[in-house]
Amino acid sequence: MAGFPRIWRLCSHVSSLFGIVAVLAAAPAQATTLRAVLNSGLRALDPVVNTSVVTNVHAMMIYDQLLGQDAKGEIRPQMASWATSPDGKTYRFTLREGLRFHDGSPVTSEDCIASIKRWGQVDTMGQVLMKMLAGMRAIDEREFELSLTQANDLILEALAKTGSRPAVIMPRRLAETPPSQAVAENVGSGPFRMVMPEFRPGVRAVYVRNTDYVPRREPLDGSAGGKQALVERVEFVAMPDQMTALNALVNGEVDFLESVPYDLLPMLDGNRAVKIDVLNKEGNWTMFRMNFLHPPFDNRLLRQAAMLSVRQQDVLNALVGDPKYYRTCPAVFGCGLPYESQYGSDFVVSGNLAKAKALLKDAGYQGAPVVILQPSDNPFASSQPLVIAQALRRTGFNVQVQTMDWQSLTARRANDGPPAGGGWSIFVTFSALGDQSDPIRSLFVAAAGKKSWFGWPDVPEIEELRTKFALASDKSERRSIAGQINKLAIDEGLVAPLGQYVYPSAYSGKLSDVPAYPRPVFWNIKKAD
Amino acid sequence: MAFYILRRILAIVPTCLAVAVIVFAILRLTPGDPATVLAGDMATPEQLAQIRAALGVDQPIHLQFVFWIGRLLQGDLGISLISQVPVTQLILDRSGPTLALAISTIVSSVVVAVPLGVAAARFRHSWLDRGLMGFSVLGFSVPVFLKGYLLVLLFAVGLRWLPVQGYTAPADSMAGFATALVLPTIALSLSYIALIARITRSSVLEIIREDYIRTARAKGVGERLVLFRHALRNAAVPILTVIGIGIATLISGVVVTESVFNLPGLGRLVVESVLARDYPVVQGLILVFAMVCILINLMVDLLYCVFDPRISY
Repeated sequence: MAGFPRIWRLCSHVSSLFGIVAVLAAAPAQATTLRAVLNSGLRALDPVVNTSVVTNVHAMMIYDQLLGQDAKGEIRPQMASWATSPDGKTYRFTLREGLRFHDGSPVTSEDCIASIKRWGQVDTMGQVLMKMLAGMRAIDEREFELSLTQANDLILEALAKTGSRPAVIMPRRLAETPPSQAVAENVGSGPFRMVMPEFRPGVRAVYVRNTDYVPRREPLDGSAGGKQALVERVEFVAMPDQMTALNALVNGEVDFLESVPYDLLPMLDGNRAVKIDVLNKEGNWTMFRMNFLHPPFDNRLLRQAAMLSVRQQDVLNALVGDPKYYRTCPAVFGCGLPYESQYGSDFVVSGNLAKAKALLKDAGYQGAPVVILQPSDNPFASSQPLVIAQALRRTGFNVQVQTMDWQSLTARRANDGPPAGGGWSIFVTFSALGDQSDPIRSLFVAAAGKKSWFGWPDVPEIEELRTKFALASDKSERRSIAGQINKLAIDEGLVAPLGQYVYPSAYSGKLSDVPAYPRPVFWNIKKAD
Repeated sequence: MAFYILRRILAIVPTCLAVAVIVFAILRLTPGDPATVLAGDMATPEQLAQIRAALGVDQPIHLQFVFWIGRLLQGDLGISLISQVPVTQLILDRSGPTLALAISTIVSSVVVAVPLGVAAARFRHSWLDRGLMGFSVLGFSVPVFLKGYLLVLLFAVGLRWLPVQGYTAPADSMAGFATALVLPTIALSLSYIALIARITRSSVLEIIREDYIRTARAKGVGERLVLFRHALRNAAVPILTVIGIGIATLISGVVVTESVFNLPGLGRLVVESVLARDYPVVQGLILVFAMVCILINLMVDLLYCVFDPRISY
């Protein structure tokens, strides 16, 4: 027993030593450094080449856009204001004063034109815009014009869009890079500058406040208004393990988590130092895609039978669990968005097993295998295929689930051969709702056969309507066309919506004024000492 | 001996070449497309084709191989398809945390396990021996990630003595470097301590029954000297073998540990690159790992001669 106090004293000394070392280790931390953990590590830096969320978040840090979109969806000036000619065919943009790239050069009309040209070659909305474009010309250093072949205000929406592939402005020397190649430097004119020497792909990206940035005077509203860098430094820290990320937030080692897995949320119960908030109010949606080229889903009746087999509630329970974070929705262009439609809510949402079985019989289904691809490594797409498989089996389909990683799935879905020869019948995907919010942005409703997105539906009527939508100059006309496309997409089985969901973000109580925005942005966030 | 070392070093070349061919073939046979990682889920087939052409992954496989081997022979491992950073730079950037973790794990494992194993053999069937055997079972059975989470819960989140995650380079802060390594080292080394201690115990147990040990004791040599100079030295060959294998298998342990403790090392780079089908990075890493394994084997073989002069090559 006499040895016990000695051991205790030793433990005490060791613990003191650890304490001192921990304090020393923490010493270099700065109060105005904001450390954020995003859903994946940043590797690719060019937002025109790469459409991932993390690259988009990076783009919003260092680049700026000509136009912004407020929380109500209205288009507002950002880098530039605009004036429209009386015939609605010409748009004149005027850059605001004091805009400079991070390399010190001024932002000019030529930079804007080159950036729009590069972006327009690959972005879905940009491609539509390019088709309508009669010409672009610089009037002087700060003014330039875009002329259209016919009156259309889609140009404003396209230039203001903030989802995947935003029309960011970069110096002309970089914007002349082909859009299939990443730019060699990352020079924007946004509120933060990237610190390239500290960039470690997939590990850490560091940004510092752009002291030359002159924000707009209006208050920040969506991507419109004054974007201000109110912390000196922002670090994106990649953490592959979400439990570790949560522990790091609780311990004060990081300040912001883009998302917290639903099942880890109870760990934050009662923790007053951490705030939980749904910042992305639009959220994501998920759907399944069928292969139009091969049996059984080359048959419209069987596609409808498959859609009628699945109940959205079952899928969302498996994917999300807590009803607070999901909602059922039959719309192809999202619920709560401008082109919402409730068409098919009586069967897309709730399913109808009896009707599905009847359709299977009417179609003369002979047991052709339904090959469903399941990506086991992707938490946003791994549970849905299992629920769908069970639902289809209940209806009477002969289902084979093939499990693989997400990368294998992305290669496999490009195979347009028959399911038995390395092809597929169904795969599940997910996307930010904003990226699918109209018939131009949404690749899922493209229906030009082999030129379309995987699944290769060929419905000429939809393609005609998409062209009409792009050319329509009136909002109510667009709404009407979108409604028709929505109906056709459901009836033909182009898209089988599985519902939409939001995810909670978590951040330190030291942060304030964290903007609610579809993707994490670090403008105007304050951090207390 | 010199001829043996030279021969073994020269053998690295054909071995690495064979590894290069196998890795290249396996990677290209694995389904996946780096263009999808770059372009994202919403890219059209046409855009993917353009990116594939820009990356050069649309070329016939044999041409891709010739191009890669040509650069490799000039010491160039290529450029990452995803981040566009030279592979050599990526590997050098990420090798610091892995090296630090590997060295601290092996050193702490040997320092703790060998004396423990010798003591367990000396006091066979004692509480120490039984405790060590129990610990060995636990050390093997509990997965590294669980040990990691428990250590984080206790020492980082609970007591707040150590950081949950991260890595600080020694050049930035020696204290930060040391504190960042404590928990990952403990989590990873527990398995190795269990393994090495167990092997040490059984090897020493075999040796201490030998006649020369009895003779040494009969001549009045002290027990500590008997154990550490006579018994342990002769039991060293199997222990060295296990340590050598341990270093080689450390690579797989490091992958999990680096994820749990968010250490930006080579293990994480392997996983990220495989998932992204970043072919040049995976190929470069496997080559580096192959060379490390060959060199470790060579070192272990040479150390056999040091501990047991009867062995010669």
